[in-house]
Amino acid sequence: MSKQYKVVHCTINGKEIEQVVDVRSSLADMLRNDLRLTSVKKGCEVGECGACTVIINGEGFNSCIYLAVWAEGKEIWTLEGLTGPGGELSDIQQAFIDEGAIQCGFCSPGFILTSWEIVNAGVEYTDDQLRKLLSGHLCRCTGYENIFRAVKKTMLRHLGKFEEAELVDSQGITEYPEPMPFK
Amino acid sequence: MYDIGTLYQAETVEHACRLLLEHPEAQVLAGGSDVLVQIREGRRAGKDFVDIYMLDELRGVSIDDEENIRIGSLTSFSHITKDPIIQKYINVLGEAVDMVGGPQIRAIGTIGGNTCNGVTSADSASTLMAWDAVMEVTGTEGVRRVPIKDWYIKAKQVDLRAGEIQTAILIPKESYENCFGHYIKYSMRNALDIATTGCSVNVRLSDDKSTFERVRIGYGVASPVPVRAPSAEEFINGKEITGENIKLFSEMVLEDINPRDSWRAGRALRRHISVVMADRAIRECVRLAGGEVHE
Repeated sequence: MSKQYKVVHCTINGKEIEQVVDVRSSLADMLRNDLRLTSVKKGCEVGECGACTVIINGEGFNSCIYLAVWAEGKEIWTLEGLTGPGGELSDIQQAFIDEGAIQCGFCSPGFILTSWEIVNAGVEYTDDQLRKLLSGHLCRCTGYENIFRAVKKTMLRHLGKFEEAELVDSQGITEYPEPMPFK
Repeated sequence: MYDIGTLYQAETVEHACRLLLEHPEAQVLAGGSDVLVQIREGRRAGKDFVDIYMLDELRGVSIDDEENIRIGSLTSFSHITKDPIIQKYINVLGEAVDMVGGPQIRAIGTIGGNTCNGVTSADSASTLMAWDAVMEVTGTEGVRRVPIKDWYIKAKQVDLRAGEIQTAILIPKESYENCFGHYIKYSMRNALDIATTGCSVNVRLSDDKSTFERVRIGYGVASPVPVRAPSAEEFINGKEITGENIKLFSEMVLEDINPRDSWRAGRALRRHISVVMADRAIRECVRLAGGEVHE
């Protein structure tokens, strides 16, 4: 069988693109090799680690187990799309830095994209719900508490709950204390 | 890059059926969370595939003219969980598929794929079994319906013939009306794990909520294919809602199931947890139905 190619049209990070792909390519192959969006990390390549996560039509997918040809007509976001025109970091990226939620950084692009979906949902999730929403990602160095705290604080800030965000303790797991009475 | 021989992309359901007849060696590719991984593992390397993922007409949940709940076969797990029709009539199915893999797997995995690969551990299968789902299968000759009890032929083999794809899963009104269900998945981890054993129970209580009008119980990983426990169901139907009846019902499931030893768990453990899950699930169903268990 001769090689099969197909033209894929989609929107990536707000920009419409047209790309010729080998039909055997995964979306991760297309994003990394053809479009040089190397924030998309290949970890396990079987949909377990979440490092290759991208947002497709508002929902997180593992781009390693998604064929590039399926991107036709879709709206896709990678980590590169979160920064401002001058390279300014988004608040969720800054929160990962502030909370020390990055060590080797390999899982970070995937984690940050899922977190971005979470904080933009406009919902105040419980701790258990947050853990479940983040459960499709593996981190092998920093551990999960710092990541959890970065997400929880950013979620609360997006909901205008700045004081509560500051009360998320160092473990990120305890409930909020009763508010202190004013003197 | 995947080791795929030829990828035939279907443009319509009819085109997909034709492609399958023209290329009998080709396999169906839907969401790919099993198939693409098996290509990567080498088990399906170099094979040809008929890709149906882009057939959007197979997505979505609706109530059809016969008042069946109609779930398009390519509807993803995440969309089933969020769907208002599912939440209103068969919430347990949304809860069950919300336990598959992790969030990204639930975004790509389809309920059609979950039932066409014929595996007993599929989280949707025990619930569909317990709700007497009907598989709608489309071929070039037309559409036929297969009750789920006849769907599973043996492990990894379902009643799909040459040139056919599953296009929807139907839940008849008689099955979902006034019915409350609960699913328990027993696994080692809370995410990204396959069920050691899964149990789905649903009940319809009498109007005065004193007796079980109809109880149905389905299991995954308690036999080579998903199964019901007919002896236990027959025993409890029409009985009063008492702790004693629930205990007898739960123990009776052992007459109907035949779990095996596997690297994931032993037969003895599976038999033990099957009884405990039946007990816990039916009690939760009674609570959801607004009834009370008299101990």
